[in-house]
Amino acid sequence: MWEQIRSNQMRSVVLAITMGLVLLGIGYALGFYFFDSGIGGIAVALAVWLIMNLVTFFQGDNILLALHKARKIGPDDHPRLYNVVEEMRIASGLGKMPAVYIIDDPSPNAFAIGRNPDKAAVAVTSGLLARLNRDELQGVVAHEMAHIKNRDVLLMTVCSIMLGTIVILSWYASRMMLFGGMGGSRRSSGGGGGGGQVIILIVALLLVILAPIFAQLIYFAVSRKREYLADATGAVYTRYPEGLASALEKISSSTEPLKSANKATAPMYIMNPFRKKGKPAANLTSTHPPVSERVRILRSMGGATFTDYDKSYSNTHRGGGSIIPSSALAASPAMAAKSAFTKKTTRVKDSSSEIERARETSDTLWKLNNYKTIDCKCGTRLRTPPDFKGNRVKCPHCGNVNQLPT
Amino acid sequence: MDLLWLWIVLGILVLLLIFVIANYNGLVRLRNEVKNAWAQIDVQLKRRYDLIPNLVETVRGYMKHERETLEAVTKARTVAQKMSEAGAGARGKAEGELSSALMRLLAVAEAYPDLKANQNFLALQEELTSTENKISFSRQYYNDSVLRFNNKTQVFPTNIIAGMFGFKSGEYFEVTVSTERQAPKVSFS
Repeated sequence: MWEQIRSNQMRSVVLAITMGLVLLGIGYALGFYFFDSGIGGIAVALAVWLIMNLVTFFQGDNILLALHKARKIGPDDHPRLYNVVEEMRIASGLGKMPAVYIIDDPSPNAFAIGRNPDKAAVAVTSGLLARLNRDELQGVVAHEMAHIKNRDVLLMTVCSIMLGTIVILSWYASRMMLFGGMGGSRRSSGGGGGGGQVIILIVALLLVILAPIFAQLIYFAVSRKREYLADATGAVYTRYPEGLASALEKISSSTEPLKSANKATAPMYIMNPFRKKGKPAANLTSTHPPVSERVRILRSMGGATFTDYDKSYSNTHRGGGSIIPSSALAASPAMAAKSAFTKKTTRVKDSSSEIERARETSDTLWKLNNYKTIDCKCGTRLRTPPDFKGNRVKCPHCGNVNQLPT
Repeated sequence: MDLLWLWIVLGILVLLLIFVIANYNGLVRLRNEVKNAWAQIDVQLKRRYDLIPNLVETVRGYMKHERETLEAVTKARTVAQKMSEAGAGARGKAEGELSSALMRLLAVAEAYPDLKANQNFLALQEELTSTENKISFSRQYYNDSVLRFNNKTQVFPTNIIAGMFGFKSGEYFEVTVSTERQAPKVSFS
């Protein structure tokens, strides 16, 4: 069934191809404008695109993780997070355990990277770890795992590189037209083309202005569709839509902006990092569907299958319609009948409080920064920095001298 | 004229062969997926066997009055381990017993504040909770794979190919946990 989803990404692929055509179009127009050769322009556009691709292909993940100061963790650093990721890896049938990263940022958010499932990674902010209980964390990780499994990361990377190329090309072109444009226009008027040339110039100008906007709209459309599909797939993995629904609510109620997000990476997050409080329903210019709608769809699901999600979507969504690819739906009824006995009815209650979780997370971050932690007999938690010399430390509370572990 | 017929027959035969090969490979792929999913369950069940002695050791000192609960866990583990070579059906029952015994133990542990302050116990509790989850998620994935495989072996026309090469339907892994229906009684005395 998962393979069917992958094979049924026609609409997304069509959108990506449209974007590619926009890229070629702008290349052609610019080439015509600046050096009287459309083909040359296309060549320049493709060269820029290729370079960006190569950089992304070899270094993209590392750049992204470094940008966020993400720290890689092992099973012992933060057992709850690592375990939840492994649980979702099993539920999704992914062959290899993705790398797990923590980002030290109080704003709750998460994203997945990796152009193929074998090189995938999941990154989660410390704010998310502190705020969400186990079921909610599971919902978020399931959503990210769905992005990996549905190959959304690859699709969005391809789209964002094209978007980036289009934006860069038209930015430089518009500057050149404004400040150095005389050379170009003089040359073309020298050609003596007359009326035809003027029309081409206007078309080129329009393209330079419109292409980035158009490409961005396509990008947003692709992104929103993938978000719905990832929500549905995540619900199928956990068989518990409520976990993700309540996580989304908690995340959206946070007002802290993410420190290191930028526009190109926005669709990778579980929640748009640039959302504004009190902003009305999603419009053409948002990467994510409105949270209230995502939550409503998840909450009104009758079961935990693709059919349930699709039904819920067409009920909640203005204008109805269907969001899940038909081949996934075709496999769904059988799953529904079966999920009755697969459904997990025993949910171990997570009794940890937000304070405990925040402490657990900060412990992890201290440890990752090579700080040593000792619990004094009086209950005080002492930490020593990595460059601390000596092997004893005196507790400032009770005066007891503690031996440092080696 | 005869030559033309020969070519048509030959063409049909080739198409038939391609059809059989494609479907045979599809069946093999699904069967391997089922096998792989079963191995995943196995890993998690073994992990649970390994965790239990540790848990019982840690808990024993705190739970003086819960000997029966502890014994039930140890006994269920022994039985389940013995059944680990059995088929999916028989094994599911034994593992279900173990799951219920463990759930009861973890529920009872809620009533011991000292135990809940023990770092060792907390780490074990997280491991066990996660292992329980991993077992049910791997079971979920296994059952989904079996469903896909069985559909393919039973649906026309692939059922003919399945019959020809002896592909047998897979067995679902059902864990019947008694506590899944009735919540364990916890007395806070």
